[in-house]
Amino acid sequence: MYSQGLIGAKTDSAEDQAFLDAFQKRIDAEEKIEPNDPMPEGYRRTLVRQIGQHAHSEIVGMLPEGNWITRAPSLRRKAALLAKVQDEGGHGLYLYSAAETLGVSREEMTEELLAGKAKYSSIFNYPTLTWADIGAIGWLVDGAAIMNQIPLCRCSYGPYARAMIRVCKEESFHQRQGYEIMMTLANGTPEQKEMAQDALNRWWWPSLMMFGPHDSDSQHGDQSMRWKIKRFTNDELRQQFVDSTVPQGEFLGLTFPDPNLKWNEERGHYDFGEIDWDEFWRVVKGGGPMNKERLAARQKAWDEGAWVREAALAHAEKRKARAEAAKMAAE
Amino acid sequence: MAKNEIPLWEVFIRPRNGLAHKHCGSVHAADEVMALQAARDVYTRRGEGVSIWVVPSAAIVASDPEHKDENFEPALSKVYRHPTFYKIPDDVGHM
Repeated sequence: MYSQGLIGAKTDSAEDQAFLDAFQKRIDAEEKIEPNDPMPEGYRRTLVRQIGQHAHSEIVGMLPEGNWITRAPSLRRKAALLAKVQDEGGHGLYLYSAAETLGVSREEMTEELLAGKAKYSSIFNYPTLTWADIGAIGWLVDGAAIMNQIPLCRCSYGPYARAMIRVCKEESFHQRQGYEIMMTLANGTPEQKEMAQDALNRWWWPSLMMFGPHDSDSQHGDQSMRWKIKRFTNDELRQQFVDSTVPQGEFLGLTFPDPNLKWNEERGHYDFGEIDWDEFWRVVKGGGPMNKERLAARQKAWDEGAWVREAALAHAEKRKARAEAAKMAAE
Repeated sequence: MAKNEIPLWEVFIRPRNGLAHKHCGSVHAADEVMALQAARDVYTRRGEGVSIWVVPSAAIVASDPEHKDENFEPALSKVYRHPTFYKIPDDVGHM
């Protein structure tokens, strides 16, 4: 999931107009671009940034949910949550591989994340305080992610589009397991229903922020649309998400924390209130409740895994040397 | 490849007996044993296959996209390589 509208990406290219026109012609003809094809530097840079953000989001996204694996209320819930978190790890790997086809290594991307140079979705900088948050994340956060990712299956860059097809297939289980948790709580004791309502109250606005800034404030959206990296604008996707999610919340008998949320017959869409953009930018720039903790957890995993990576490589070298020596001796 | 970067492997999976192994993605792993293990975890979590091949990415030799035209264009003009090029009367029956 989750590349928040390419914050900080530069899409300018230095190639001559004939090259850019020829490239655009291929894009307009809906041809997929593959790794070794000629492409504008801005296209490559935009994709590296977007796919990298997306991959980091999958990996960092394992943390808030991992927090509840040992405390899941039943074996069924624990098995489902484990499977979901394992999927997120897999999705991160598909995406790192897709980015690597553009000439950047996973090590470089990881170093950029740890140095704070590469972003991940703002949503993971909020804490998971109760079990109901696991329900709300599956329903709302994965729901928003799916809304974002379905059009990415038609992205002009082949490896990214192929990775997204796999991710989307796997992620629909995530949203359904989350909604099932919410349903169970909403139909439970008054205290359980209250937990579900509290989780919805806390996750609703951050979920809407996942779609990124307004189109009018999104600097690079136009170029990404022309290159067919994106197919819909941030605001279009956000509206789609609100329209499909509100009836699901009503079915649960829960309310949304937005007094301006109401069906607009004329537009055929829900109207909703203004997002707190100060909060959005604060969280994106590192000032969210969990930013420090998330990066510290990634840094710890990287540092403490270093000896394992080194040992695996040393072992592979040793086995290779032994096999070669044995072959020499046999000749 | 920079020092200490873990090698890349291409993963091919046979969905079921009777079908060919098909490329499905890649994994990083220090050696072939770990590559197979990682491929199993990453690409077959939902019964996607019954057999896995892993191949070092560096061992793959690819055609140059710049030579796409001279490589593949000639085939397009040779319509006589397809059965529909030959007109056979309907009376002859299915052939």
